[in-house]
Amino acid sequence: MHLLEAQHIYKRYANHEALRDVSITIPQQSIFGLLGPNGAGKTTLIRIINQIITADEGRILIKGERLVPKHIADIGYLPEERGLYKKMKVGEQLIYLARLKGLSRSEAVSRIKNWFERLEISGWSEKKIEDLSKGMQQKIQFIATVVHEPDLIILDEPFTGFDPVNANLIKDEILKLREQGKTIIFSTHRMESVEELCTHIALINKSEKILDGKKQDIKNQFRSNTFEVVHSGAINGLDLEYQLLQEEVWESEYTKSTLQVAEDISPNEVLLKLIPHVEIHAFQEKVPTINEIFIAAVR
Amino acid sequence: MNKIGLIIIREYWTRVRKKSFIIMTVLGPLIFAGIVVVPIWLASSESTDEKVIAVIDESGLLANSFESDEESNIHYKYISIGLDQAKAEFPNSNRYGLLYIPKIDLSDPQGITFFSETNPSLQLLGNIRGTLRQKLRDIKLERSSISRETLEALETSVDINTINLTQTGEEQQGDAGVASAVGYVGAFLIYIFIFLYGAQVMRGVIEEKSSRIVEVIISSVRPFQLMMGKVIGVASVGLTQFLLWVGFTLIIVTVAGNFFPELANQPPSTMPMGQISENSPELAAMQNISQAFQSVNVPLLIFCFIFFFLGGYLMYGALFAAVGSAADSDTDTQQFMLPVSAPLIISIVTLAAILNEPNGTLAFWMSMIPFTSPVTMMMRVPFGVPTWQLLLSMALLIGGFIFTTWVAAKIYRIGILTYGTKVNYKTIGKWLFQRG
Repeated sequence: MHLLEAQHIYKRYANHEALRDVSITIPQQSIFGLLGPNGAGKTTLIRIINQIITADEGRILIKGERLVPKHIADIGYLPEERGLYKKMKVGEQLIYLARLKGLSRSEAVSRIKNWFERLEISGWSEKKIEDLSKGMQQKIQFIATVVHEPDLIILDEPFTGFDPVNANLIKDEILKLREQGKTIIFSTHRMESVEELCTHIALINKSEKILDGKKQDIKNQFRSNTFEVVHSGAINGLDLEYQLLQEEVWESEYTKSTLQVAEDISPNEVLLKLIPHVEIHAFQEKVPTINEIFIAAVR
Repeated sequence: MNKIGLIIIREYWTRVRKKSFIIMTVLGPLIFAGIVVVPIWLASSESTDEKVIAVIDESGLLANSFESDEESNIHYKYISIGLDQAKAEFPNSNRYGLLYIPKIDLSDPQGITFFSETNPSLQLLGNIRGTLRQKLRDIKLERSSISRETLEALETSVDINTINLTQTGEEQQGDAGVASAVGYVGAFLIYIFIFLYGAQVMRGVIEEKSSRIVEVIISSVRPFQLMMGKVIGVASVGLTQFLLWVGFTLIIVTVAGNFFPELANQPPSTMPMGQISENSPELAAMQNISQAFQSVNVPLLIFCFIFFFLGGYLMYGALFAAVGSAADSDTDTQQFMLPVSAPLIISIVTLAAILNEPNGTLAFWMSMIPFTSPVTMMMRVPFGVPTWQLLLSMALLIGGFIFTTWVAAKIYRIGILTYGTKVNYKTIGKWLFQRG
């Protein structure tokens, strides 16, 4: 079942079109990477899902229902431009934000207490936000995003401002939330975290969706039958149609060659053809990284 | 609970607990009470020390003219030594002053001098001058064979009573002085409160923008709810402060009145107004001030004050919120502040003209236009305003409030999500017509 479906979304501003016919489907319990260069329209789409702005055309379904204001409680949003009231105390602020999402006071208090224990920050309740370090503030911000236990959690660049230790802590929390059945939309420029966390991705460029699907399918789609071989001896007179993309010295004694072959040739065939000619020290198919796919697709 | 309610409560509580609010709440009444109590207290404290004034009368005309004044504790003592000797003795004499009256020409008395270590108060000098003038006049009268009684019979005191004819034909005793004072104070208070709390709304919006919490909040509530919550929350703070000020001022004045009971009963005579003789119209007016106050319809006045304060504030508050939303910092607000505050400033500047003609054309139109009506109407109410005008003005103000809030909301919802762009009037114009 799809948790969220955006169908043919258009959004125009006075002098440019922010989204043109964008449709995405986000399966339940996925970690959905929403990728794209700056200004591509990601934030606009996220704001439409959050009902901060409305789409000019198209519709959004959440759990099969048309998105309406009551769904605010089902969504937790961590915007890229985020912050908290600096002069307010941590506890008070979290209770306020949780109640704005529709929680009762007592429920808010007990859930916040749980989160404080979970993130090992008990005893911060009476501190003012301005007295906390940036990383600490990010933790509070994360709690504010998930405290009402939304089914859909939207994180826009969640790791900025975190040191590696805290970034890991939050990453673990994201994975835990997914295990509990939550769905996560994850918008970022940091491709290594997309590679690590996402199950699905969509790529938006210049207001249009240019790519989407399961991460693995997309990776396969971008396979180019390219192999990296580390070998000694020269590759000459091979009985194989190939293109030598790159040749370089590898660890001073070997050569590393990058070969691209025709689509219908399997890795084993390539290997068999190579063995008579050179001594092979390493052989692997080169699968594109998300970063490479991103750059290739945007071009 | 309603989300707007949550926002109002947050805005209210965080502001009411601020140190600046508490300090202002305590200091305000002290300042107000100070304005009332200090002059009276000063005037009275001055008279508590015994003052002895030596009088050298070389003219021989004014023997026993100066009588000691027990109330203000001033004693006159005639001495019959020469001026030079008296001056020499003065530093060790413990006397407050030395009044020297040389041989004088009655028609042109010259050379009367008062010596003292410190500058004498205006009241004291006024008393001395008054006594001298009266005494010399008596002597002159005597020499011209006119008795005092004849003179007093010649003087005619003219008093003009002002009576307002209301539409129902009732007669109401009016007092232009009291009405203008009440009008001025009310109009100024509204002006100051709108600016003070309007600026608070604006700064609140800028704070939310610059701390980047605004997008977190508006993923939970509509921008309009956030804006109205803030405007109403700050209005409640303003009302709270106003009521506390009124309460504290009353308490302080009452307590001060208990400490100096003699002051409370006779403020006019202790004020430094030595020259005012007893049957002067000013004094009479002051003594009748409480009576004159009854001519002002106090419940109507209070109702109008609260209505026009709230209406004016709500109308401007939304505009101030819009200005804040278009800015990234306080300094960016300048260019938009002028057009927003200009009508308010105009209404304050024209107060004097309104006062001259509280029912003139200018007064009428300015009290109808919602941008100026809160201040102008407050000035007019104590003079009596036809009911239809009052109701029309109120209706127009409500309409104005709905209109500015609608406009402000359109600017606000886009402004709060716009960072780092230089916003000018053209962009604001675009925002007005942009879909959400």
